[in-house]
Amino acid sequence: MYNREQLRERASSAIDKKGAIGPDINLDEFDDAPVPHSYMADEELCAIPEQDQKQLIMAGLDVTKKERGGTYFQKDTEVIHCHTQQDGIEVIPIKKALEHYDWIKDYYWKLASVDADKYTAAVELNLHDGYVIRALPGSKSVYPVQACLYLEKDGLQQNVHNIIIAEEDSELHIITGCATAPHMKRGAHVGISEFFVKKNAKLTFTMIHNWAEDMIVRPRSVAQVEEGGLFLNNYICMKPVRSLQMYPTTHLIGKDAVARFYSIIVGTPGSEYDLGGRIFLKHPGNRAEIVARTISNGGNIIARGHLIGEVPEIKAHLECRGLLLNGGLIHAIPELEGRVDGVEMSHEAAVGKIAQEEIAYLMSRGLSEDEATATIVRGFLSVDIPGLPPQLQAEIDRAIEESDKDVM
Amino acid sequence: MLQIEDLQVKLGEKEILKHIDLEIRPGETHILFGPNGSGKTSLLMTIMGYPQYEVVAGKITFKGEDITHLPIDERAKLGVGMSFQRPPTINGLKTRQMVRLCAKDEIDEETLAKQVNFEGFLDRDVNAGFSGGEIKRSELLQMMAQAPDLMLFDEPESGVDMENISLVGKTIASLLQKDLPDVETKSKMQARLNRTKMGLIITHTGYILDYVAADKGQVLYDGMLSCVSNPHEILSCVGESGYKECVRCITENN
Repeated sequence: MYNREQLRERASSAIDKKGAIGPDINLDEFDDAPVPHSYMADEELCAIPEQDQKQLIMAGLDVTKKERGGTYFQKDTEVIHCHTQQDGIEVIPIKKALEHYDWIKDYYWKLASVDADKYTAAVELNLHDGYVIRALPGSKSVYPVQACLYLEKDGLQQNVHNIIIAEEDSELHIITGCATAPHMKRGAHVGISEFFVKKNAKLTFTMIHNWAEDMIVRPRSVAQVEEGGLFLNNYICMKPVRSLQMYPTTHLIGKDAVARFYSIIVGTPGSEYDLGGRIFLKHPGNRAEIVARTISNGGNIIARGHLIGEVPEIKAHLECRGLLLNGGLIHAIPELEGRVDGVEMSHEAAVGKIAQEEIAYLMSRGLSEDEATATIVRGFLSVDIPGLPPQLQAEIDRAIEESDKDVM
Repeated sequence: MLQIEDLQVKLGEKEILKHIDLEIRPGETHILFGPNGSGKTSLLMTIMGYPQYEVVAGKITFKGEDITHLPIDERAKLGVGMSFQRPPTINGLKTRQMVRLCAKDEIDEETLAKQVNFEGFLDRDVNAGFSGGEIKRSELLQMMAQAPDLMLFDEPESGVDMENISLVGKTIASLLQKDLPDVETKSKMQARLNRTKMGLIITHTGYILDYVAADKGQVLYDGMLSCVSNPHEILSCVGESGYKECVRCITENN
């Protein structure tokens, strides 16, 4: 039962509770007081300074809203634009949803625990906002819905809670970006996301992060996928960040449910990443895949992955490849946990440098050593993601292309 | 013209090429024979400029320029190209992109690929899971796009099935300008004089000789060039008596 008082009580009890993994952050160093921003109409949205627009585009937000099924745009603590332009798709700020709709109570904090750690607690105790995106039964999203969480105020701690629901037989594509204003240096982003993929629904969720160098990022995500559903989760972070830690969990709760996680990370010096995914396969016919490509240019990257097979006739694969380009550390921790006979689980992990043989081969075709290296890196990062709409694949390709200059 | 003078090469601590002299003039194609481990691939890799093959003495000149110590890409830019026997896989790089990278100008990779029955592979990662024969056709396709003036072929027919062998042979012939077109103003023999492309082809089977008119055959034995002769004659001699005959030539030559 939904009881806000009780949730707040539990949150209060966890206010000092450290995260299960990752460096501990003192949230007192950040300011989480509301920052007023006025709502922006379409014209105003398009009039955002070009430099900021560029940041937004890098995070997947197109202010012209062309080829987008809906838009949610939050700046610091305020929703400044929220709009849907497709039947069957709802985009609602979560505070508004909690105020006006009863159904939201069946989802709010139903998968994530409010008292998991100080970060979940902080979001509940001072919720700024967040988005609820819902595809009604049978609706098919033609264009992806875009959601952007933007930070402008230096030193801010942004607390958001998102809920994504793909109702039965629906198809929903979301591109979500988090970005910081060009001048911004320091801040924290704490985000709760709960995903509900219902019977035979398909949800693709592509997240592109574009942080400032001194950002602390602590997303907390849990998903559940019902019978015949598909959850495709892509995460791209090619920019520096102080510390990023997340370990999203997915539960496959119906037969033939499928979850696939893809992440592409480039770690620059001074950046610390601890990320991965955990998928529970609980019904026959469940499939799960976790694929990570990490490059370190001097940053520290811990790439985790944990697949848990609880019943026979499941299939799960984990692939973790890391490339050390210029010092740094890549620590791959793949875990497979088969709890019964008849599970089929595998993993491959490799960490290394670019093979000299590959560079020489490309040089023999006329590329300089630098061009050859860049070509190999681009190839390494380009992952074919089955089931992803071409448009979103193009967004990912662009992020990779853009970051190319930084990587080299 | 490619000119190699008294070339000595080490791979690690091992001396693998000893006093090699070789000259390939514009328009000429040479066939390189020799038993396994005799240094054939090493010679090609050295000409291409692979740094692990350390030139300890001698000189390689190409188009009048001393390329002995040039990096690989600069040799490629001068017009040296190689079809590798076991090229590495490049994950995430499509064959289509690779073919485009090889060409200096815009090309129509579909049309090129059709010529070697390779359209179906353009959207696959370079060499990923390719069979022996597929690798050869992929390499040929890249040569076609790159169009180098000196082409080094490392066993271009090994692993190729009978059906594709004539395709591979004819493609190499065409790359080396062996397919002389009928031109009213010139006789075929005159056209032959206008050939500029040079080739150096490693073969064990000699199948390639059925398609490519080669000018000279060379036998490399234990890091030494032991014999220069008509490639067909070398092939039949080796077929009858084996490479051990070469030892006698080496002894005599020295």
